[in-house]
Amino acid sequence: MLQGGSPVRIFDTMKIVMAKPGLDGHDRGAKVIARSLRDGGHEVVYTGLRRTPEEISRIVMDEDANALGLSTLSGAHDVLVPRICELLRETGMGNVMVFLGGIIPDRDHESMFSSGVRAIFGPGSRTDEILSFLDEANSRVESGASIGVGDEDGWRWD
Amino acid sequence: MDQDSLLKSAANGNRRDLSRLLTYLEQGMKLNFPKNNPSMKSSVMGITGPPGVGKSSLIGRIISYWNSRNQNVAVLAIDPSSPRSGGALLGDRVRMDSADSGELVYVRSLSTGGHPGGMSSSLISMIELLSYCGWENIVIETVGSGQSEIKIVAFADKIILVDGPDRGDIIQAEKAGIIELADIIVINKSDLPGAIKAAESIRSSLSFADGKTSPDVVLVSAQMNEGIDEMMDLVENCDSPDWRERIKIQERLISLWDSRLLSSPNLNRVINELQTGSISLDDALDDLAR
Repeated sequence: MLQGGSPVRIFDTMKIVMAKPGLDGHDRGAKVIARSLRDGGHEVVYTGLRRTPEEISRIVMDEDANALGLSTLSGAHDVLVPRICELLRETGMGNVMVFLGGIIPDRDHESMFSSGVRAIFGPGSRTDEILSFLDEANSRVESGASIGVGDEDGWRWD
Repeated sequence: MDQDSLLKSAANGNRRDLSRLLTYLEQGMKLNFPKNNPSMKSSVMGITGPPGVGKSSLIGRIISYWNSRNQNVAVLAIDPSSPRSGGALLGDRVRMDSADSGELVYVRSLSTGGHPGGMSSSLISMIELLSYCGWENIVIETVGSGQSEIKIVAFADKIILVDGPDRGDIIQAEKAGIIELADIIVINKSDLPGAIKAAESIRSSLSFADGKTSPDVVLVSAQMNEGIDEMMDLVENCDSPDWRERIKIQERLISLWDSRLLSSPNLNRVINELQTGSISLDDALDDLAR
C-alpha cells in the first residue's frame, strides 16, 4: 500500500479541498457545495475567501487531499485556474483531481478542461449531480484510471 | 516510494511526503522511526473549548507569535465527523489567517471519523512524526463537543482552555473534567463587554477547596491581537503541578485503552456474545484485553 502515488483511501470517499481563489467575496455557493459533499460522506476542508494560487496548492499539499474544488465568480478563472493546475503539477500533486464551479462562460469551458479541470458546475447544478461526478471519479480511480490534474486521461464530466 | 524513503524525505523537509505519511498514520498504519529522541522533543500545546469562542483565530495568532520568533509550528486541527454521513466539514483554516503563509507553518485538518485504530493512537503517532520531522511547536486543536474529543488534548504537554465572555460554557467544561486538565484558562474576545466579569466569575469558581493550585485566567483578544504575548509567556513558563500531570497521564491511559478496545479484532464477536448473553461484561473485558 505504500508503493506508488498518494495513498488509496480505504473508503469510497475523498478528502476534498474547497477553495475560493481570487478576489471575489461571495462564498455562499462554495459553502453549499462543501456542506453537501460532507453530507455525501466526504471529508471537506474549506479554505475561506481570497486565497492565492500558491496558498491553495500549499493547502492541498498539507491536507494530502485527493481532489480540489475551485469556486470563482469574478471572471478571473482564465488566469487563476491554469495557474493553480500548473502549480499542482509542478509540486508533485499531479494525482489530485480538480473540478470547477461558479460563473464560467460556455466559451471558456474548453480551455478550462484543457488546463486540467475534470468537471465544471455552473449555476443551477444539482448537488446530487456533483456527488455522482465524485462517485464516477472514484470508481475510475479504483479501476486503475488516472484522472489527476497531471494525467493525460481524456475523461471529463460534460 | 517505500516507507523508508518517504520518511527520509519528510525528515529532510519535504512537505508533500510528510503529508502522505500523516495520511498513512491517520488510516491506522504504523511507521518505524526513532521516537522520543530528547534532542528532537517538540513542545505540544493542546487548545480546547466550546464552539465559537475563537480557538482557531487564537491559533492564528499563536502561529504568528512563533513564526515571528523564527520558530516553526505544526497544527493538527481536529473536528468531529458527521455521525449521519461519516463526512466532515473542516473549516478551521478559514480563521487562521497565518496558516498558509510560509515554510514555518504546517496545518492539517483531521476528522474524528475513519480511524480504524482509534483517534488517539493515530494522534500520538502523528505528534511523534511531526517531532521527528523537526517541527518545534505542535498545536492540537479540539472542539469542545463530546468528552472523548475534548480529552484528546490530554496528549499535549500544556493545555489551554478557551472560553468567551457571557457564555457560561465553562460550567459544561467543568462537568467534562476539563478544567482540571487546563494549565491556563483564556477568555478570548476581551474587546467585548462582559469579558472582565466572565474572567472574574471563572476565577472565583476555580478556587479549589482542597488547596490545589488553580490555573491562571487571562484575557486576550485574538481579533485585536491583544494579550497574546502575555498569554504565551504564561504558557511557556507555567509549571504543571504534580496532581495535574497525574490526571493527564490518567486521561492518556483511558484514551488509549478505549482505542485498543475498539480496534480489537475480537470486538464484534464479543459484542455478539454479550448480546446472546453467553458471556458477562467482565468476561468480555478480559477477553478483549488479552
